[in-house]
Amino acid sequence: MRSTRTPGPRSVSPRFPPWPSERNDAPPDHQEIAITASDPVPLRKDGTPSAGTATAAVELRGITKRFPGVVANHDINLTVRTGTVHALMGENGAGKSTLMKILYGMQKPDEGTIAINGEQCEFNTPGDAIARGIGMVHQHFMLADNLTVLENVVLGGEKLYGIGARAKAKIKEISDQYGLGVRPDALVEDLGVADRQRVEILKVLYRGAKILILDEPTAVLVPQEVDALFDNLRELKSEGVTVIFISHKLHEVLAVADAISVIRRGTTVGDADPKAVTARQLAELMVGAELPSPESRESTVTETEMLTVEGLRIAKTDAEGIERVVLDDISLRIRKGEILGIAGVEGNGQAELVEAIMGMLPLDGGAVTLDGKDLSGTQTRARREAGIGYIPEDRHRHGLLLEAPLWENRILGHVTEEPNSKGILLDPTAARADTWRIVEEYDVRTPGIEVTAASLSGGNQQKLIIGREMSHQPKLLIAAHPTRGVDVGAQAQIWEHIRVAQRAGLAVLLISADLDELIGLSDTIRVIYRGRLVADADPATVTAEDLGTAMTGAASGHLESEPEAVEQFHETLVEGTEAAGDGPSDAAPSDANPSDTADDPKAGE
Amino acid sequence: MTSPNPPAAAKPSLAQRISGERIVLALAAPVLAILLSVAICSVLLATSGKNPFDAWNVMITFVSGSDHQVLILNRTTTYYLAAAAAAFGFRMNLFNIGVEGQYKVAALFAAFVGTQVDLPSFLQIPLLLITAMLVGGLYASIAGLLKVYRGVSEVISTIMLNSIATAIVGVLLVPGIFAPKVSGTSNSIQTSPVSESSHFFSFTTNGGQLWGFLVIAIAVGVIFQLTLTRTRFGFDLRATGRSETAATASGVNVKKMIVISMVVSGAIAGLIGLPELLQNSFYYGQTFQQNLGFLGISIALLGRNSPIGIAFAALLFAFLDAAGSVLPLPANGEFPFEIVDVMKGTIVICVVVAYELVRRYGLVRQQKRVGAQLAAQAAAATETKEVSA
Repeated sequence: MRSTRTPGPRSVSPRFPPWPSERNDAPPDHQEIAITASDPVPLRKDGTPSAGTATAAVELRGITKRFPGVVANHDINLTVRTGTVHALMGENGAGKSTLMKILYGMQKPDEGTIAINGEQCEFNTPGDAIARGIGMVHQHFMLADNLTVLENVVLGGEKLYGIGARAKAKIKEISDQYGLGVRPDALVEDLGVADRQRVEILKVLYRGAKILILDEPTAVLVPQEVDALFDNLRELKSEGVTVIFISHKLHEVLAVADAISVIRRGTTVGDADPKAVTARQLAELMVGAELPSPESRESTVTETEMLTVEGLRIAKTDAEGIERVVLDDISLRIRKGEILGIAGVEGNGQAELVEAIMGMLPLDGGAVTLDGKDLSGTQTRARREAGIGYIPEDRHRHGLLLEAPLWENRILGHVTEEPNSKGILLDPTAARADTWRIVEEYDVRTPGIEVTAASLSGGNQQKLIIGREMSHQPKLLIAAHPTRGVDVGAQAQIWEHIRVAQRAGLAVLLISADLDELIGLSDTIRVIYRGRLVADADPATVTAEDLGTAMTGAASGHLESEPEAVEQFHETLVEGTEAAGDGPSDAAPSDANPSDTADDPKAGE
Repeated sequence: MTSPNPPAAAKPSLAQRISGERIVLALAAPVLAILLSVAICSVLLATSGKNPFDAWNVMITFVSGSDHQVLILNRTTTYYLAAAAAAFGFRMNLFNIGVEGQYKVAALFAAFVGTQVDLPSFLQIPLLLITAMLVGGLYASIAGLLKVYRGVSEVISTIMLNSIATAIVGVLLVPGIFAPKVSGTSNSIQTSPVSESSHFFSFTTNGGQLWGFLVIAIAVGVIFQLTLTRTRFGFDLRATGRSETAATASGVNVKKMIVISMVVSGAIAGLIGLPELLQNSFYYGQTFQQNLGFLGISIALLGRNSPIGIAFAALLFAFLDAAGSVLPLPANGEFPFEIVDVMKGTIVICVVVAYELVRRYGLVRQQKRVGAQLAAQAAAATETKEVSA
């Protein structure tokens, strides 16, 4: 049925089959490698949350949430035991926030059930969740600066303990009980970030929360503050509070969590025991480890240099006058027909690197040269005209006008070029005709070109963007997470388009959080860590483990894995790819594959 | 793979592009808002002991007089320019609240130049138009530059510049500077009349003098529309209005766009005072018409910032103001004039809410329809393949 479509290098879902069916027959020996696709509770043999001990504080079953055009969560299962710190991990865009919004009553799931302390619940508003003892501390604090801690805490909760002495006593009591060290009379504007965070936590506890959701709490903290926060969390735990901790920082999660669940591409891909799992294994689970076979294609790399980046540096000075270096001495070159992959845990400077090359961020130093032409001082439009195509990381924010018709989106970014305009005048007729061409050539599934971009699915939006960027003979394509939030079929098509263009001599800068994609597509891989390119590797001679190690900053220089490991690694991969390539993704028999998931981490060791 | 899309021959014609549903959706909001506002005002009138139907009757019969029609059209001219000035900024999410100040300063300077210079009409009139647009644009550019270089919200700065404009007029419009040293018969301080050659032409009709400035207003509308839909600049402007982040990534220099749009908005604002100045009063004084800038913002909202939409909105507001002015006459039943203000206010509030509701409804509806159409296509494709297999 799908024979005419380009076969994908791999397909994800069959290797991570739906949870419930598999939970029941997962053999116990999965535990020995610490990562299972089933359950964090070591002794459990069946699906019911550990009989005998306390019921799970939170139990999510089969949660699915669709937004127009995207499935944000697909069949998510999560069990959090009472009195534990449970880490929820996944790359940005994996669906963690949506899941937590569902748990906190900010969004309603389309399918699935929520059980709190063993009772089925339905949340329509955060108020319902709070009534059930769930509290959330958002990544961005929601405090009024010009009010005191006391005023901030009672705000909206005046009925609980009043607004006077009783409330203050309660705040002191909570603060002492959990060792938060909050002073009720301090003005919030005088507090540092870590103190504000403790106020937020206290605010939630004050409202009687027994289940605490912390959305990336460490993102804003310095290491010492992180340690202090973790002490607070342990204190909370010992007092019987359940903490759900969202993060993508591997070491932090390992340091504090009692159980770990990993979400990838909107679904739970496995649970891990932090005592037994390594950071590398976690990284792999988070970004995926099944690889397309990289050696199956010939190199198209030529000797002509297309993009040269020399000593790129961007430093921002924050409010306290401390200089934060975002990009430090980045130098790289991409030749015609070469795909350079940048690996790295998100937030290490990838986005800034792309924006610096696109001319969207001012440089503090360094030069960008495209095809012998210095672009350093030029504006974004001039760089686009010079031949840079751009597939942005966040297509809704940077790639599309969601409420404009498709043909206007086809003009976006290329308004000065043929066929979109003649002189200073637009040429809507030609632009419309060319939009039809893109729709047909790139298989954009749409009933027409007058519909708004918002009505297309994520994959089709992305195909439109790729079609548009490829239509102006780019010399360099910057592809930032080109298959993020895209269904498996579209993913394969997108990869194929990039490869075809590469064969035609395009230079590609590929940023991805997905190691499969990076190793499968790239000719060279560089690893970015804290704004520096710390390591490089040849995708044919490196394993995902070693890349993962470099991504966490633990390795640098030229990465070369042991040949046997690579061989073994690729063997499993090929098997995996074949198994996955058999049928349409979600129809694969679920019992055939779970062991693959478990085997992958072992393969590289 | 066979494309699921219709072949090139099936490209939709212009008629299909402008579908009936779109027109209905576009008109639904303002029509609903007007009906709702009429209902609210009817209740208000009824509670104050007046018969609302009599009031509506007075207003509707007002239109039948040809002199009244001319009056309404003349007002529409001014209102349209005011709305166009505001709408131009709104199209890229730039809230130029300062139209009020821009037109006052521009009209003052145009009046002054008009009294000082006496060229032949074909030079004098363009000179005055350019003066007004230049002054309005320059005055607006202050807010644009402040936003770009110092990050000051244009809403705050333009509101303040409105007060400053009043002060500027107060400082300059004194005997010896812009006003003649020896005041005339009137107590009001005002400039001398502009020279004879500055008088704009008008059409003589059965109902009196129809201002020739209507032509200028129409020209502004046509240029506005063409710029938006047919030029690269207009595309950049709309793209910035829809998503500043996407526009930046696409290569639009947003800072430059902010300054240019602010200046263009101010330049159009500069024209607002000219119909009155060059066709009716011929001088600028303390009694010069106020609050046109704020009225323009309301009209732009009602007309959804589209050059055609604001034409209808301006016509409606001109009608309400003109017809409202006869309501208090004893012969008409002494209805309170304020009812017209209530009506204008409720229309604008209702329409803002209604537009948002209609916009969301339309977006969701289209997403659903696209989904359904694609599902149908996919089903059809599967069937064909199964048959052939």
